[in-house]
Amino acid sequence: MNTQTTAESEQHPIEKWLRSERMPHMWCAGCGVGPTLYAWIRAPDRVGIPREKVVYVSGIGCCGRGSGYLNVDGFHTTHGRAIPFAIGLKLARPELCVSVISGDGDLFSIGGNHFIHACRRNVDLLVICTNNFIYGMTGGQLAPTTLLGDRATTAPYGNVEPSFSTPHLADAAGAVYVARWTSIHLRRLEKSIAEALQMKGFRYIEVLSPCPVNYGRRNKLPEPDDIAEWFRQSSVIRNGANTSEISIEKGKPLILGDFVKRTGKPTFYEVMKELEGRVKPR
Amino acid sequence: MQTSNKVLPSQRVKASRGKIHIIKERCKQCNLCISFCPKQVLRRSDDINEKGYHIPEAIEEPEKDKICMACGFCEVVCPDFAIWIEERIDK
Ligand code: SF4
Ligand code: SF4
Repeated sequence: MNTQTTAESEQHPIEKWLRSERMPHMWCAGCGVGPTLYAWIRAPDRVGIPREKVVYVSGIGCCGRGSGYLNVDGFHTTHGRAIPFAIGLKLARPELCVSVISGDGDLFSIGGNHFIHACRRNVDLLVICTNNFIYGMTGGQLAPTTLLGDRATTAPYGNVEPSFSTPHLADAAGAVYVARWTSIHLRRLEKSIAEALQMKGFRYIEVLSPCPVNYGRRNKLPEPDDIAEWFRQSSVIRNGANTSEISIEKGKPLILGDFVKRTGKPTFYEVMKELEGRVKPR
Repeated sequence: MQTSNKVLPSQRVKASRGKIHIIKERCKQCNLCISFCPKQVLRRSDDINEKGYHIPEAIEEPEKDKICMACGFCEVVCPDFAIWIEERIDK
């Protein structure tokens, strides 16, 4: 299928990170998952983490398919359970650099409790959520991140339920790093991922991501360009903003940036190690 | 988006130039590379791939300042890893 040649200099710069034989992938034209993965792929190189040390754990949903397309070690787990799998992996192999990249439905609806408790326990993970405001794979049902007034297949008259502001949730539950970008702010996203990869503890990055097919089409943003234009026009970068003031509303600015950086909080692994040293076997 | 190079003596500055590579069978005609190119070098071509999508093509017009500067934005924004830039330095 592919027309690329084999010489390394003649390949896409991230080709060695892809399972080329599985391309083209199943994501729709203009989907934001691809660019998010691109930024994530570039970040370890930037901070000198080898590909062999990087693990990608995903849940179910469009974004969940990513672990099958990338040529890194990974798990494609059951729905909502990406974080528990990743916690187990990180405890057993603490030298690995474990990232969870999954969608808003998987992380905040089905896996919502895992998310808040992982923040609370400060498990050593980087979690990236591609928030497209909808359940994409199953056909555009209402998600806990769907904005007020938006239409979905299960909300034909417009959504009446307030949505989660996921950075606020992560901050309140105790994550040590919290940021939000969009899938067109890719250089900043890459920098942010690189920074988060070097930190310890629970780090969370929300990436607002277009789903032109199942979100855009029902909400007067049918083309990939329309959603990109919305992001471009409304984004305001405010690093260090108070996360209680950054919820997303239609017609209001989208606040992006690095919001939270906490230091000195012991990670779950460190607490367990310390306990191991204290408890004597009987 | 219009960029101006009036401030720089463009004949004397070594500017980056890019060679655009397109992996035809991966493209899904989402148009993002075309609308994000700050130099408006890309446009939709008549050429179609196996799935029937019109792939982009690069048309450089130096006299109108439409030259690929290897900014690489098409490469990062492409959801399908279908376009990439090889940077070269013009002497
Ligand atoms: S349904 Fe939406 S989220 Fe899923 S691949 Fe298509 S554009 Fe992406
Ligand atoms: S961004 Fe990629 S998939 Fe979209 S039109 Fe350009 S080359 Fe094709």
